[in-house]
Order: sequence, then C-alpha cells, then structure tokens
Amino acid sequence: MIKLSPKLSQKFSYALLYIATLLAIVPVITIIFIIVKNGISAISLEFLTSMPKNGMREGGILPAILGTFSIVLCAITIILPVGVCAAIYLNEYAKDNFLTKIIKLSIVNLAGIPSVVYGLFGLGIFVMFFKLGVSIIAGALTLSIMELPVVITTARGALNSVPYSFREASWSLGVSRWQTIRHVVLPNALPGILTGTILTVARISGETAPILFTAAAFYVPHLPHSIFDQVMAMPYHLYIISTQIPNMPKNIIYGTALVLLMVVLTMSCIAMIARIYFKKRRKW
Amino acid sequence: MRKIIDSAIETIIFICGMLSIVFVVLIFGFLFKEGFSFFRNFGILKFVTGHFWYAASDPASFGILPLILGSTLVTIGACTIAVPIGVMSALFISEIAPKGIRDVLKSLIELMAAIPSVVIGLIGVITLVPFVKNIFNLPTGLTAFSGSIMLAFMAIPTIITISEDAIRSVPWKYREGALALGATKWQTVRRVVLKAAMPGIIAATMLGIGRVIGETMAVMMITGNAAHIPHSIFDPVRTMTATIAAEMGEAVRGGMHYRSLFAIAFVLFAITFIVNFMADLFLGKNKNI
Repeated sequence: MIKLSPKLSQKFSYALLYIATLLAIVPVITIIFIIVKNGISAISLEFLTSMPKNGMREGGILPAILGTFSIVLCAITIILPVGVCAAIYLNEYAKDNFLTKIIKLSIVNLAGIPSVVYGLFGLGIFVMFFKLGVSIIAGALTLSIMELPVVITTARGALNSVPYSFREASWSLGVSRWQTIRHVVLPNALPGILTGTILTVARISGETAPILFTAAAFYVPHLPHSIFDQVMAMPYHLYIISTQIPNMPKNIIYGTALVLLMVVLTMSCIAMIARIYFKKRRKW
Repeated sequence: MRKIIDSAIETIIFICGMLSIVFVVLIFGFLFKEGFSFFRNFGILKFVTGHFWYAASDPASFGILPLILGSTLVTIGACTIAVPIGVMSALFISEIAPKGIRDVLKSLIELMAAIPSVVIGLIGVITLVPFVKNIFNLPTGLTAFSGSIMLAFMAIPTIITISEDAIRSVPWKYREGALALGATKWQTVRRVVLKAAMPGIIAATMLGIGRVIGETMAVMMITGNAAHIPHSIFDPVRTMTATIAAEMGEAVRGGMHYRSLFAIAFVLFAITFIVNFMADLFLGKNKNI
C-alpha cells in the first residue's frame, strides 16, 4: 500500500468526511423536495376542509386532520403534567440511590421499545382491559406512555439548566422545597419545557404504529364527537391510501403527505427557533 | 394548610417519578403473560427455530425464524450504510465544519429525524423500489435491500446526534496535546479524538440498531412482506415488527394467532431491552473521560 504524506492523507480524509455528510443531508432535502413538488397542486382550501369522497379517491382530508389534532391534544394534556412531575422528581428530589438507578434504567428501556409493541400493549390494556374501545383516548394514552421518556428527558434537561445558586438563594430565605421549585425553578425552566413540548407534538403527529390498533379507523363518515370515538388520523390515512386502495390518484397521496410533513416540520422549526431565541435571552 | 398542600404535591411528584418503572413492569408483565401462555401451547423452541410462518392456515405454523432473519438482514444492511455515514458526518460536523455551517447541518439533521416513517415509506415505494428493481433486474424492488437503504436514513440522525455529543465531549487538552506534538489535525482526530469518543460512538450505533429493529411502517411498506427465509439481501423479507402491524387487525382476539403476535412482541421487547441497556452502559463510560 502506498503511504500518503500526512498532509495529503488529511486532504483525502476531509474529502471523504465531506462526501459522507452530503450523503446524509441530500436525501432529506430530496425527500422534502419530492413531496412539496408533487403535493403542492393538490393543496387547496377545499382539500383541507372537506370530507373524502368516492372511496377516498376524491375530496379532502378534514376528518384525518381533525382526528390527528384531537389525538395529539389529548395525548399532550395527559403527558405534559405527568412527564414534568417525573422530571421534577428526578432532578430535584431523587437521591443518588438504587431506586433512582432503576428509574433511569426504566426510562432508557421505555425509550427503546418499538412503537408497534406500544400499539399492542395499548390494544391489550386500554382498548380491551379497560374497555375504552378503539378510541381517541386509548390512542392518546398509548402515545403518552410511549413519549413519556422523551418528555422526562427534555424537561429534566430544562430543569437542570437552571443554576443551582437560584435554589440556594431561595432556600436561604426560608422558602420550602416545593415553593422554590414552583416559584423559582419552574418559571426559569419553562422555555426549555415549552420547546420540548412542541417537539413532542411534532413526533406524536407523525406516529402511526401505536395508533394502528388503538385509535385509527379506515374510514369514519363523520367528524369526531367525543374522546371515545374512533377517528381517522393523517399518518394512518396516508398509509392506507398509498398501499391499500387501488387506483388512488397520486396527487391526493402527495397532498396528504405534504400536509403531514408540513405539520411536523413546522412544529420542529418553531421549536428550533424558540430554542435559539430563549438561549439568546437567557440572563445567566 | 400550606404544609399539607406541599406534601400532597410532593407525593404526586413522587408517584409520577415512579410511573416509568410501573409502565416497564406493566408492559413486561402483559407481554409475558400473553406470550407465556402461547409458549406453553406451542413450545418456545418450535417458535424460535420454526422455518414457517403460516399463521392463518390450518394447521397453523408459528415459526419466527424467517421473521428474525428478516429483521436481522434489514438491520445489518441498514447499519452497514448508516454507521460509516453517520460517524463520518458527526466528525465533519463537530471537527471540521465552521460554526455557521455546523448549525445549519444540525438543524437539517433534526428535521430529518422528525420526518414521519410513513412518509419515508411512501418515498421509498415511489422512488427507490422501482429504481432497485430496474438496476438489479429483479422481479420486484420490494426487497430487504431497499428496506435497508430507507431505514439507514432513519438511523443516521440518531447516530450523528449521539456520536457528535461524544466527540464534542472529548476534552480540548487531548487535542492540544496531540497538536503540540506536531500531529496534523486529521491525525489528531483519527488517533486521539475518535479513540476517546469510541464508547459514545458504540452507544450511538447501538441506539441506531434499536431504532432500525423497532421501525415498523416504512419497513412494512418497502420490504415486500414475504415470510420466508431470505437467501440474499435482494429477496423480499418480512420483519417481526411488520408481522405484528400487518396481522393484528385480522387475528381473532384471544386466539392462538393473537397470542403468537404478543409472543413476537415479547421477543422484540427482550432484544431492544438488551440493546438499549448496552448502549446505556457505553454512554455511562463516555462520561468518565
């Protein structure tokens, strides 16, 4: 093998790293570009606000949009208080002992369980055991358990970034532990928690496997009335129209994909911008 | 009064803190209960080593070997693509790219992680599958190979983010030491930084593997869903996750088929538990530099 001079080998390797990065980045841009280019023609006010017609081959996707919206709303209301409380426990109360280790191990493990296994679990527990049926609430509960580790981790990061001296100052004034958390730590951690929440919303909107057997329906002729209704959901709807229905017009598939992608990407962008904004404004 | 409210709130916080343990135990118990009753009826050895998955026929056969091989093949394929690209990109982003470009790249990677798997599956079916079919002259483009490529895209953000953290957490004095001895920047990166960040990179790989094994929708749309033992990476395969997602709808509640799917979920749970546990060990190691 020819031995390259260090300088030349550096140039060579840098070029390699550069190509690898391009290989990682170009597909993202391509995917977004393909969806936007083909889907933009399908988007209209009517597409967003009307019911599907003719076996979903015509009309709009309103029930799917509302379905996803209600599942996400329901899941966030459940998961936010629980996740933040769990993060408060871990960051502010937990001592460095065996119990804490077990909790951390559980969080790591929960984060790794495949989404379809959560779906199965939700089917067994919420749909059948608690007899909630295939419904918004069953799907939201399933998604909540699935996203719990992520919410805990991000909320904990936000709490952890509040300097310890803030707490000490408050304690030294005789304020109790919880009052300190409530009035000093939480307000300062709020931006971080908020950003995490937006990212969670983005992720939940795109999840399909967990709601496959717990919330989503092939077709529902009316809009959701209560949390015990089965609903159509955007990701599941996209899956169905792109694989299960023959002769599906391509522009409706791309249009649905575009709406879903835009919801998810807009949320992520908002979260990113919010993070930069709050970082700049932070006084410590 | 205030004291009572305070302690009530603290109790609630404690309960929420415990919930993760409760959920893990619940999920484990639930899968174990359904899976165990299946193993008792069918036999665990026959389940894991059986060559045929004919869940709907009579008599049914529940051998998950083809599914395990399907998952393994797709995972190996995806990692072969994703690990080198991911680690090299992480090196580029953290060591070479100027700050402005680094921020742009990191945001793009974050967006990449956010793309829903159905959308990735759709793009795969429309663009990659016909391409693979034509270029390799195959009867169908729905193969383990196509699945591996698409899944690699989904694992890359995970691998980049965690490797980048690990690389960045290598202390500056390591680099300064090497540079002071006259090493070029690349020699420093390759011999010092990469070595010091290795535990973190291994953890990143593990988490990437976990992500690929657990992926469901994209895999179900792209890999062709043929439950037979694959002979090459250009065969259609069916993974464990896709089997659960595709067959749960038609399985009779409480029946043999239904419980066999829970048994698969139990196997998946066990695999991802081990993978994530190991990743966590390596991540812990990384913090001690």
